[in-house]
Amino acid sequence: MNVIVCVKQIPDPASPGELDPSTNQLKRDGKLILDESDSYGVEMALQLVDAAGGGEVSIISMAPNGEMSGMRTALAMGAVKGVLVSDPALAGSDALTTAKVLAGAVQTLGGADLVIAGTESSDGYTGTVPEQMAELLGLPSVTFAKSVKVDGGALKVSRQTEEGFDEVTCPLPALISVTAGVVEPRYPSFKGIMAAKSKPVDTKTAADLGVTAAGWAGAQQAIVEVAQAAARQAGEVIEDDGETFNKIVEFLDGLKVI
Amino acid sequence: MDFEQDPDLELIREAVGAICAGFPDDYWSACDREHRFPWEFYERMAAGGWIGIAIPEEYGGGGRGIVEAVTVMRTVAASGAAMNGCSAIHLTVFGLNPVVVFGNDRLKQTFLPRAAAGDLHVAFGVTEPDAGTDTSRITTRATRDGDNWRINGRKIWTSKALESEVVLLLARTGEAATGFDGLSLFLADLDPARVQISPIPKLGRNAVASCEVVYEDLEVEGWRLVGEEGKGFRHILHGLNPERILLAGEAIGIGEVALQRAVAYAGEREVFGRPIGANQAISHPLARAHVGLHAAWLQTMEAAWRYDQGLECGEAANSAKYLAAEASFAAADAAVQTHGGMGYATEYHVERYWRESRLQKLAPVSQEMTLNYVAQQVLGLPRSY
Ligand SMILES: Cc1cc2nc3c(=O)[nH]c(=O)nc-3n(C[C@H](O)[C@H](O)[C@H](O)COP(=O)(O)OP(=O)(O)OC[C@H]3O[C@@H](n4cnc5c(N)ncnc54)[C@H](O)[C@@H]3O)c2cc1C
Repeated sequence: MNVIVCVKQIPDPASPGELDPSTNQLKRDGKLILDESDSYGVEMALQLVDAAGGGEVSIISMAPNGEMSGMRTALAMGAVKGVLVSDPALAGSDALTTAKVLAGAVQTLGGADLVIAGTESSDGYTGTVPEQMAELLGLPSVTFAKSVKVDGGALKVSRQTEEGFDEVTCPLPALISVTAGVVEPRYPSFKGIMAAKSKPVDTKTAADLGVTAAGWAGAQQAIVEVAQAAARQAGEVIEDDGETFNKIVEFLDGLKVI
Repeated sequence: MDFEQDPDLELIREAVGAICAGFPDDYWSACDREHRFPWEFYERMAAGGWIGIAIPEEYGGGGRGIVEAVTVMRTVAASGAAMNGCSAIHLTVFGLNPVVVFGNDRLKQTFLPRAAAGDLHVAFGVTEPDAGTDTSRITTRATRDGDNWRINGRKIWTSKALESEVVLLLARTGEAATGFDGLSLFLADLDPARVQISPIPKLGRNAVASCEVVYEDLEVEGWRLVGEEGKGFRHILHGLNPERILLAGEAIGIGEVALQRAVAYAGEREVFGRPIGANQAISHPLARAHVGLHAAWLQTMEAAWRYDQGLECGEAANSAKYLAAEASFAAADAAVQTHGGMGYATEYHVERYWRESRLQKLAPVSQEMTLNYVAQQVLGLPRSY
């Protein structure tokens, strides 16, 4: 079974990010790391290939400046090869262009039995790229996958919903988006890290993939304004008089969470 | 001359740092308080192949040298794990070096793959109640019994003896009662029926106990002799320089985390309406700590590089251990001072770094003995003992 995982490389969330005032976008000019929300997809892919008893995991990424530090992490975890699309003309691309680029990258790898993406990236939160890719690739798509199994050539997915989860069966090839925290991503081992240095990563431009990079000018979406979040109101303090639980129940009921 | 950093070391630091990030300060202070061995941490380091990084590839290890191993140890210490983290893995990282260099094939085939996988815990039994700095006075004895040996004696400070399956044990096999000749090295089982282990209550690094270990007629099979009979001290000497280098890296890591906490606190804490870091009485000791730690690290890397190149490294290793222990303790002490009363509170963790940084000035070799080495071997001054 061959699996392709879309991995986004993002600025390290541990160091404070900065917005570019002219575009309202996060600056991404330094070193980029593997988005944690994609590490679940990589882990899931490795487990599925393991369970299938054969095949390989490939990764695809779109990033500025030819940056591949984050991809190396995924390769160190066990992916065997990657395609990086890096093209200055892609700066400012909207979600649809990103989906076209990633769909193109899937095709340069000759497709796969399964394409995995994260539900949304930790630095953008658009959350629409996986479904757009599925449409462009003509694949069935299952979102919010919590657990995934391959059984008799079909995909069995538990899909997270607001009430609980749906059990979905879907033919392969397919595209799924996985939610964070569904598997425990492995830590890259010393040998994995050293091996990752020589694993092949093919670098492509938008033109190589036949995608028109419209950049800022052609983007169908824009961030029109960035504002400070309103300061939080002080919480309500309830003195415990032995009957406080009633007030807590009332409060939660008011929020419609119970 | 080239100070360009090897990109592999950056990768090692990042990967080990990522593992350590899952074990915050509170994990370590709990292990310390409860005298609990950090199994969760140990297992994660073992699974990543970090513990076996310096064991030769033919036995399943990483096949790297002391440059890489000391980078691992510094990163572990600097995460806040300090000596509780380092001592948990230290002996498996490099303790079996005498087996790698001098051991027979059976010893190597039996034990090195398990050490590389991180599932063999090893202790190191040299120090005795009346033989610490002066190893020539060891009295623990191994006597021949057919093809085997029987060991009787008393060791102290054997770290990790409680968790270890085997001990690298130095015992007297020659006729003479003292001297460096006639000592032999064994990789013996810590068989609970023949070995009594009692932890020694101590100032810090309490996640890893150091113990008094009494050997009563412990039988050791002949093939468990490491290297040549009577040459045990020389076999151990071979591993002393790399051990000093690793310890230097560990000390530097503690100094770095202490300094980092102190700098953060000095910038935030306001007294007399301004941050305390604005006072040079606070900022200069921290700047001095930074300079000292950096110098010690350069010396440590020189020593590690020399060892890995097969060059003489006694001066560099002793200097590194000396400088690192001084810089580490000075940094931890300045960190406690910077925190004021809170420096004494366990909540801020600098007291734990302070307790653990004190150790490097004493063990595995005291500061005095590193200076004795330099005075005699480098400066050519007469021997005092
Ligand atoms: C936490 C901890 C863990 C340890 N773990 C281990 C272990 O796993 N295995 C093991 O074998 N040992 C271990 N040790 C023991 C350690 O190696 C010894 O404590 C150390 O070698 C010093 O020996 P000593 O304690 O007998 O001091 P002593 O030999 O009694 O020396 C006392 C003091 O006198 C000084 N001194 C002695 N002679 C001279 C001289 N000629 N010139 C100048 N100064 C001198 C020494 O530097 C020292 O400051 C550990 C110790 C500690 C504290």
